[in-house]
Amino acid sequence: MIKEAIIVGASSGMGYEVARQLAEAGTKVAVVARRLDRLEQLAAAFPGKILCYSHDVTHFEEIPGLFQQITHDLGGLDLFLYASGVMPEVGWHEYSFTKDKPMVDVNISGAVAWINEAAERMDNTRHGRLVAIGSVAGERGRSQQPVYNASKAFLHTYMEAIRNRIARHGVAVVTIKPGPTETEMTAHLKMKKMPVEVAARKIIALSGKTGEHFLSPVHAVAFFIIRNFPSFIFRKLKV
Amino acid sequence: MIRATSPSRMVRATGFGMTEGGDVYLYRPTNVQEVKDILQMARETGRQVVLRGSGRSYGDANIARECLMLDISRMNQIYSINKQSAEVDCQAGVTIEQLWRSTLEDGFWPPIVSGTMAPTLAGALGMNIHGKNAYVAGPIGEHVTELDVVLPNGDVRTLKPENPLFHAVISSAGLLGVITRVRLKMKRIKSGDLRVLPLSVPDWAGQFKIFEDLEHDADYMVTWIDCFGRGKHAGRGVFHAAWYTQENEEFPSTLRPENQDLPDTILGFFPKSVVWRFLKPLNNRFGMRALNAAKHHASRLLGNGKQHPQGLVGFSFLLDYVPNWRNAYLPGGFIQYQSFVPKEHAPRVFAEQVRLQQEAKLESFLGVMKRHKPDPFLFSHGVDGYSLALDFKVTRKNREKLWQLAHAMNDLVVAAGGKFYLAKDSTLRPADFQATIGSENLARYFDLKAELDPESILTSSLAKRLGLDPREFSK
Repeated sequence: MIKEAIIVGASSGMGYEVARQLAEAGTKVAVVARRLDRLEQLAAAFPGKILCYSHDVTHFEEIPGLFQQITHDLGGLDLFLYASGVMPEVGWHEYSFTKDKPMVDVNISGAVAWINEAAERMDNTRHGRLVAIGSVAGERGRSQQPVYNASKAFLHTYMEAIRNRIARHGVAVVTIKPGPTETEMTAHLKMKKMPVEVAARKIIALSGKTGEHFLSPVHAVAFFIIRNFPSFIFRKLKV
Repeated sequence: MIRATSPSRMVRATGFGMTEGGDVYLYRPTNVQEVKDILQMARETGRQVVLRGSGRSYGDANIARECLMLDISRMNQIYSINKQSAEVDCQAGVTIEQLWRSTLEDGFWPPIVSGTMAPTLAGALGMNIHGKNAYVAGPIGEHVTELDVVLPNGDVRTLKPENPLFHAVISSAGLLGVITRVRLKMKRIKSGDLRVLPLSVPDWAGQFKIFEDLEHDADYMVTWIDCFGRGKHAGRGVFHAAWYTQENEEFPSTLRPENQDLPDTILGFFPKSVVWRFLKPLNNRFGMRALNAAKHHASRLLGNGKQHPQGLVGFSFLLDYVPNWRNAYLPGGFIQYQSFVPKEHAPRVFAEQVRLQQEAKLESFLGVMKRHKPDPFLFSHGVDGYSLALDFKVTRKNREKLWQLAHAMNDLVVAAGGKFYLAKDSTLRPADFQATIGSENLARYFDLKAELDPESILTSSLAKRLGLDPREFSK
């Protein structure tokens, strides 16, 4: 039973939906995001179950104090989910640091700043589930999204290292690698997407299972092939 | 914003039964100033403090969530042993084991001991523990001649029994102050051996009859009850009485601690440290039914009624025979359930409790009955009657049913004017506690809490569950 959870990046997408489903199941959820109005809408639907915190994950210096505050307000911590992530539309020949920097700040630095807090706590208490949302995009460096791909690859490797530090104490350290999902972040992409409700349900179900997880067996097979595709052929493909 | 308390201080603490846990910031002070500092830090950070000794309370009295945990066990210095007055003056983190090891050769024994020698005096006084001599000696608080308590505002008070606060600080589960020093009057003994009489008992009537026969005679009385016994076998078990003995030598060797130590093997062969692993496969209804029956028949056939000498340690600390025995209850842990019922109702209530267990197929794997007397403490559990202590294995599947059973057993105790003991509680509802402790005592508790701890710094998961933490009311 997940009694208390923190979700960073809960104002939309998978973070929002996981928060909603957990609150529905009776979990006390602290939701953290920039857009407070959205959080408050969610809180209104589940009185007493949702605690809202307005925070920009790139304000790194706030994080240690805020983490202390939230765990105190919640009265415990069974699940920590880092779901913040940005993916601006980048053209095939675009090299824009202005577009790339937020991905580094949110997908990498923010993730490290938050997950370090949760990981240190769980390393000591030997209790809890630590979950980060990676992406199938992190499996290869593809020409379309250099920095997004690299940021997710960073997250996978970082989470693997955290897993090797603390999973031995019984903490579940989980990397979720969703494929395209129906969220705001991917609204501009025209492809088959997994409904966000389904993705969130799977994330909650997998949150106790240490390891890296795709959300569908098709992804697992497809990305096993893509991952092992020889580089000299891969670079000639338009993917 | 709350000042960051370092995550490197964090630890997950559970009650001894391992059914409840919470993440806390652990602090282990070594002196009174450090105790004050921790209370000060709590006030500054808006956090609460939970007190812990050796962590032997079974349920949730020694844990809390997201609080500072003040673990008293490093305040374990014995200041002096006064051989004339038989008083030991020590820090409150001294354990019962330290106490008997340091005083036995001088002919002293702790006046009250629990079934394990692990508890600290601070924990023992917070819960006001009792022993197998409760019907003559009362709880441990009756043997304290003086104590120091640090109040949540940082003031230190020295209390003697004539001070009205004395009987409230002792027994109030660490919710009114931090006991840091204790002067305890020890029992004088002439020998390290007791004379022990085991008696096999066929049924409930036999159990109560023996207690009545020996209550003005024996120094210790306890009986084990086979909760699987039904019909005419209901209440069967083995009764033990024990008497202090005299030895003619001035310094009998039985007073040497090394001659009291429990053996490190079972049956001279199995190393005790692994015994719980062998117990684990037996730790279910079928295994325990067989083990209880075997114990009953062995008591009938072997040594029944034959008095024999036994060391004080061997007789007193049954729970220390098998190290880590609680691991046999993993992964779900276990709860201890002990109720105290006036003597006129005890035979009916206890028989009914055991019948309810059998009906629910949730028999206690161990039943222990003792005799008690009333005492003057605020959260007293003493009655002129008997207590029955039970161990229930908790699993994910049985939990809900087990709590229902406990609540049904609670109702019987409340109706009979009985009491409960917070060190062993996991299942009480606020109304059960209020009904048994009495509105007058409860009002006095809240008056004292408002006076001594207006910000409600001291708390525990138990306090929150039973409605004893005023900070919960403001939420």
